[in-house]
Amino acid sequence: METMLKNKKIQVTGLSKENEVVNITNRENGAYPVRMETRNLNVKYGKVSAVKNISLPVYNERVTALIGPSGCGKTTFLRALNRMHDLTRNASVTGEVLLDGNNIYNPKVNPVTIRRKIGMVFQKPTPFPTMSIFNNVVAGLKLVGIRNKALLNEVCEKALTQAALFDEVKDRLNSPGGSLSGGQQQRLSIARALAIEPEVLLMDEPTSSLDPQSSSKIEDLIHELKKNYAIVIVTHNLQQAGRVSDYTGFFFLGELIEFGETEKMYTNPAHKRTEEYLTGKFG
Amino acid sequence: MKKKEEQINNVLKKPVGIIYRWLGDRIFLSAAVILGLSIIFLSLSMAWVLYGEGSLSFGEFGFWGFLRGTTWDPGIQLIFGALPFIFGTIVTSVAALLIAFFPAMAIGIFIAEYAPRWLGNIIENLVHLIAAIPSVVIGIWGIFVFAPWMREKVYLPVFNWAAEHYPSLLPVLGNPMGYGMASAIIILALMIIPYTTALTRDAIRQVPKEQREAAWALGATRWEVIRMAVIPYARGGILAGAILSFGRAIGETMAVAMLIGNKNNFPFSIMGPAATMPSVIINEFREAVGSLHLSSLMAIGFVLFVISLIVNLLAAYITRKLSISGGQVA
Repeated sequence: METMLKNKKIQVTGLSKENEVVNITNRENGAYPVRMETRNLNVKYGKVSAVKNISLPVYNERVTALIGPSGCGKTTFLRALNRMHDLTRNASVTGEVLLDGNNIYNPKVNPVTIRRKIGMVFQKPTPFPTMSIFNNVVAGLKLVGIRNKALLNEVCEKALTQAALFDEVKDRLNSPGGSLSGGQQQRLSIARALAIEPEVLLMDEPTSSLDPQSSSKIEDLIHELKKNYAIVIVTHNLQQAGRVSDYTGFFFLGELIEFGETEKMYTNPAHKRTEEYLTGKFG
Repeated sequence: MKKKEEQINNVLKKPVGIIYRWLGDRIFLSAAVILGLSIIFLSLSMAWVLYGEGSLSFGEFGFWGFLRGTTWDPGIQLIFGALPFIFGTIVTSVAALLIAFFPAMAIGIFIAEYAPRWLGNIIENLVHLIAAIPSVVIGIWGIFVFAPWMREKVYLPVFNWAAEHYPSLLPVLGNPMGYGMASAIIILALMIIPYTTALTRDAIRQVPKEQREAAWALGATRWEVIRMAVIPYARGGILAGAILSFGRAIGETMAVAMLIGNKNNFPFSIMGPAATMPSVIINEFREAVGSLHLSSLMAIGFVLFVISLIVNLLAAYITRKLSISGGQVA
């Protein structure tokens, strides 16, 4: 078993060098402006390297999906995009993450302001259970000191409508966020992330704990949201990645094996490893 | 491969001794039931014995009469009323909790959220150390160090200042000899800080990582994360911890008895001597010769038992009412 893994690794390191070339050509052909970009991004937990030297563009008004087997570093990569690793004791990040050309890891940049610009939705729905639905949605606004009731109401309605939840909860905005069903809670988490009007939206397996109906609602939602945002979504569900994304990055053992337009990658993957994963030969 | 299957089958088919099936189950079940029920029996019999022993006093003064009586005179009139001690217990405990709660919560938050792990561990161990000091040792320290220091540096200056400017305050302030209600309250606060701290820290550690991250991802600063995600989620545990500490303060005997000055009758003053239910029991038990006196002490024990029970039930109720499981408000 161990020797098998080692063999895989050797193959992969071989592949990833070509891969950077693929990467750059794609970036230059992109019809949409690049909103975010990573350059030689590395993330280490202690001495273990989880994300290795990844350069990847995130296009505006497009959905970028990150796929790959468990433990391949996609979530770690995603969390590096809004500096969530600052909070993990032994994680260290090197390389650059550019938002509109500015490196967010520049020591002068305050991570708090970065997280206000780059919203995040997590795998598990995370409403604040003691807060009302209304207060959950506007929690981010209250943090920046907005107290104007009319404005908060307006933003709350807009965010809930965007998250396709408004009609279901409009009569009980004051009941606690924890009283909603799982799917509703996840849409509430999305509404909360949208309320602060981020520039980029990161989603970490947003449907993995939901039933198929709620999942499809959230997929529709992603389609709607990409008109206004750059979206990066991590998913284990290959069909989902195919349905919602315009670009796909395939991760394996911490490296980016292939990045390109989803359609092209799904019909004609450039690398054998990608093809094997997409056809279910491993992973 | 086949051999392995055979082996497994052999193990499965092997007859199991009766001790592992029917009999073993029964023995374990009955032991568990007996031990479990004995706890109920033990506490009920304790309450019953205390009430029985105290019934002479309850009969003499009436149940409510005993609770409301303000005179405690075991020497001449043989009148026993528990109100001074109930009052003394409640006031010292509430005041100690009020003093201890916010510092203890702050220490708990610091250990759990802010401190680097090594510093948090050191503080945590020191806090545990305070909890482990026998209360009689704290009492001795109080008598020889704390009370004289407080008398010189705090009580006397305050008393002199009041005597000069507001003489009408003097009866409220009381005798500044150092052994009295204020000293007992401060020592009690010191003694319950470790409990509140430990329980606050436990409650905060149980807040799921996801809740914190959700707040971080909204662009919250460290304090905002604590205020928005951590404290609301941990509120049940924190409050229950405070009430359990209050329960400890109510029952705390030795250090309080050594520092409170032990004055049995109303009115109490802030700095002057007073008494609590545990302190009067421990001070008078050996000298209680009259059966009515002894019975009255037992009756106070019964009241203390009931109050502690209520406080514990209240803590359990609050924990259940405010605790949050799986993102749902129960």
